Amino acid sequence: MIAQLTIAERRLALAILVAVALCGLLLTIAGQGDPIGVHGLMFLVAGAVGIFVVIAGYLSPEPSAERLQHYYDEPTKFGIVMAMAWAVLGLFVGDWVAWLLVYPELTFDAGWASFGRIRPIHTTGVIFGFGGNALIATSFYVVQRTSRARLPDQLSPWFVLLGYNLFCLIAVTGYMMGITQSKEYAEPEWYADIWLVVVWVTYFILYVRTLARRKEPHIYVSNWYYMAFILVVAILHIVNNLAMPISLGQAKSYSAFSGVQDAMTQWWYGHNAVAFFLTAGFLGMMYYYLPKRADRPIYSYRMSIISFWGITFFYMWAGSHHLHYTALPQWVQSLGVTFSVMLLVPSWASAGNALLTLNGAWDKVRDDATLRFMMVAAVFYGLSTFEGSFMAIRQVNALSHYTDWTVGHVHAGALGWVAMITFGAIYATVPWLWKRKAMYSAGLVEVHFWLALAGTVIYVFSMWNSGIIQGLMWRTYNESGTLAYSFLDSLVAMRPYYIARAIGGLLFLIGALVGCYNIWMTIRAAHLHDPAADSSVPVPAPALQPGE
Amino acid sequence: MFGLHYRLERKTLGFVLAVIGVASIGGLVEIAPLFTINQTVEDAPDMRVYTPLEVAGRNIYIREGCYACHSQMIRTLRDEVERYGPYSLAVESKYDHPMLWGSKRTGPDLARNGGKYSDAWHVAHLNNPRDVVPVSIMPAYSWFLRTPLRTDDLGKHLRSLRAVGVPYTDEMIANAPADAYGQAAPDSPFAEGVSKRYGEATTVRAFDGKPNELTEMDAIVAYLQILGRLTDAAHKPSVATETGPAGTKSAEAKPAEATPSGGKP
Repeated sequence: MIAQLTIAERRLALAILVAVALCGLLLTIAGQGDPIGVHGLMFLVAGAVGIFVVIAGYLSPEPSAERLQHYYDEPTKFGIVMAMAWAVLGLFVGDWVAWLLVYPELTFDAGWASFGRIRPIHTTGVIFGFGGNALIATSFYVVQRTSRARLPDQLSPWFVLLGYNLFCLIAVTGYMMGITQSKEYAEPEWYADIWLVVVWVTYFILYVRTLARRKEPHIYVSNWYYMAFILVVAILHIVNNLAMPISLGQAKSYSAFSGVQDAMTQWWYGHNAVAFFLTAGFLGMMYYYLPKRADRPIYSYRMSIISFWGITFFYMWAGSHHLHYTALPQWVQSLGVTFSVMLLVPSWASAGNALLTLNGAWDKVRDDATLRFMMVAAVFYGLSTFEGSFMAIRQVNALSHYTDWTVGHVHAGALGWVAMITFGAIYATVPWLWKRKAMYSAGLVEVHFWLALAGTVIYVFSMWNSGIIQGLMWRTYNESGTLAYSFLDSLVAMRPYYIARAIGGLLFLIGALVGCYNIWMTIRAAHLHDPAADSSVPVPAPALQPGE
Repeated sequence: MFGLHYRLERKTLGFVLAVIGVASIGGLVEIAPLFTINQTVEDAPDMRVYTPLEVAGRNIYIREGCYACHSQMIRTLRDEVERYGPYSLAVESKYDHPMLWGSKRTGPDLARNGGKYSDAWHVAHLNNPRDVVPVSIMPAYSWFLRTPLRTDDLGKHLRSLRAVGVPYTDEMIANAPADAYGQAAPDSPFAEGVSKRYGEATTVRAFDGKPNELTEMDAIVAYLQILGRLTDAAHKPSVATETGPAGTKSAEAKPAEATPSGGKP
C-alpha cells in the first residue's frame, strides 16, 4: 500500500499520522477517568500503527509514472472488504437485539451488552459501516470510469477510507461504554463528529478534484447523486450535531437545540440521512451498475433529471412527518405531509427508470442473480418510497407512528433496497477489480439472493403485522367507551412476530456470510493466478453517456 | 429546462452550488421560524429546571438508550390522552438538550410517568423488570444499584447546559454535587439547599432506599419521577387549549377531562 504512494505523499502521510497520534495523546491525557480517554488511546494507537506502516514501507521504490495510465482501484478493494466486514457485524448485532426482544435474558449482566447500548451498534454498523464503506468504495470506482480520469492523488482516498472506518469504530465502541448523544443515527459525540467533518471535507475535495479532471464533457448521473450525498450529508451532520461539550476531557456534550426545535432539527437530519445517505448515494450506485450489468443504456435521461432534482428539493421538507400530532406547530407538519406525498413522483421516476432500463434484458435478470439483486432493489425502492409517502399522511401516521410498522418500513428500504443494490454492485465489481471473469461461484450468489429475499420478506411481513396490530390495539375501545387493551396486552401479542422477525434477520445474515465466503474465494483465486494483479487498465468509458 | 440542465451538468462548481441551494430551502423554511415565532413554545411561569440529580438521571437514561423504546411525547389523539395523560406541550421539553420525544414504543410512553409508581417499584423494576412485570421484555439494569453516581463534574454539566440556554444560577452550578447528594439523602444537611434552590415542591427522597449511599439508581429514579412534572401547564385546560401547539384541535383531545395519573408536582 505504501509502495503506491509517492515520496511526497509518504511524507504528508507521516505528518497527518503524527498529528492524529498527538491529538490522541492529548485526548488520552485530558480524558483520564472518562471514557473519552479510551478513544484518545484509540486515536493514538491508530496514528502510531500508521506511522509504523509508513516508515516500514518508506524506502520502497516510488511508483512509476506509468501508474497514471490506470485507474486507482486499491482503495475501492479495501472499501468493499470493509463493507462486507461491517455488514456481518451489523447484521449479527441486529439479529442479536431482535432475539433480545424475544428472550430479554439472552445477554450478559453488564452495561456494554445491554439492548439499549448494542442496538445503535446495529444501526451504525449497517448504515455507516456497511452502507458508508460501500458508497465510498463504489463512488471512487464510478467517478473514475464515468469521468475517464484517475483519482488525483493516492493519499486522500486512503485518508478518507481509513479515517471513516476509524470514525465507525469510535462510534460503536463508544456506545458500549455508554457514549451517545441519543440523537438517532447521529449518536457519536462531539469529538467523533469533528473527526468525521475532517474526513468528509477531504472526501468532498477529492471528489470535486476528480470531476474537475474529467475527460468527459458531461458529469454522469451517478456522480450527481454521489455529489448530493456528500454535500447534503455534510450540511445535515454539521447542523444537527452542534453541541456544547462539558469539557475538552470528557465525552459528554449538550445539544445546542432543545425541545421542539431540537425535534425538528433531529428529524430534518434523520429523514434526510435516509434521503441522502440511504437513497441518493445508492441511486448513484444503481445508475452505474444496473445499466452496466444489464448492458442497456439508461431508459430516460430526462427522467433522471426530474427525479434527481425532485429528490434533492422535496426530501428536505419531509422530515416533519416524523412529528405528526406532537407539540410541533401544525404548519410544519402540513408542509411535511405535502412534500412527502409529492416525493412519490421523483421516487417512482427513479424506480421506473431503473426497471424500464431492463427492457430487452429480462432474460439476464432471470439468469444472473447479480442483476436480479439490482432489479429487486429497484422494486423494493419503489415499494418503500410508496409506503413512506403513505405513512407520512397524518391519519395513517396516527396509526403507524411509534409502532413496529415504522421498523418494517425502514427495513423494507434498508434490506430490500440498500443492501440488495449494494450486494448487486459488489458482486459486479469484485470480478472487475480482481480481474476474474466472474465470481468464484454463481450458485452461491444465487443462494445469497434467495436467502436475502426470503429474509427481507419475512422481516417486513412480520413487522407489518405486529405494527398494525399494535396500532389497532392501542386505539381500540370497548362498548363502555374505555380502552380495550392495556399496553401489556399489546406487548404479549407481539411475541410471535418478534420471533419471525429474528428468523428473517438470521436468514439475511446467513446470506451475507455466504457472500463473504464467495468474495473471499474470488479474491483468493485472483491472487493464486496472478499475485501481481493490481490496477486495472483504463478501458474506454462506459458506453453510457448522459446525453444519449 | 433540459437545455439548461445540459449546460449545468458540464460545470462541476455550478452543479455543487445548485445542489447546496436547492437542498437548503426546505430546512430554512421549516426550522428557522421555529426559533423566531414565539407561539411555538407556550409560556409556563411555573416551569423549573432539572436538579443536578435529575440531570444525572437523564444522562443515564440517554446512556442506556431508553429513548429507543420509550417515547416522551403524548400526541393529541384521544386514545393517547386517555392512556397516558394530557398531551405533551412544547414548553415541557424546553430545557431538554436534546429532546427525548422518541420514535418508537416498544414500551409505553413515559411523558407523564412521574409520580405514577412508587420509588420502590421503580427500583425493583429497573433491577429486574420481570420481578414486577412477568411478561416484560425490558432489559434488566442491575448495575444501577451497585454503581456509585459520579457527581464531581455535575457543576460542569450545569454550566454547559447554561451555555445552551438553561437558566441555571451561579449558586446552582457551585452547589451541584452537594445538591445531587442532598436530594437523595433527606436527613442530611445538604437536603435543605435543594428545596431552597429548586423549589419546595422538589422531591427529596432516598430514591433507591439507601439514604447514605448515592447510586445511579437514585439518579435514574429521581429523573423518572419528575417526568411530566416540571410544570403544571399541560394540566390547565385553559393554557393547553389557548396557547397549545398551533392547530391542535381541542376536539381531538380533552386534557382537562382525562388526567388518569398526572398528579400535581
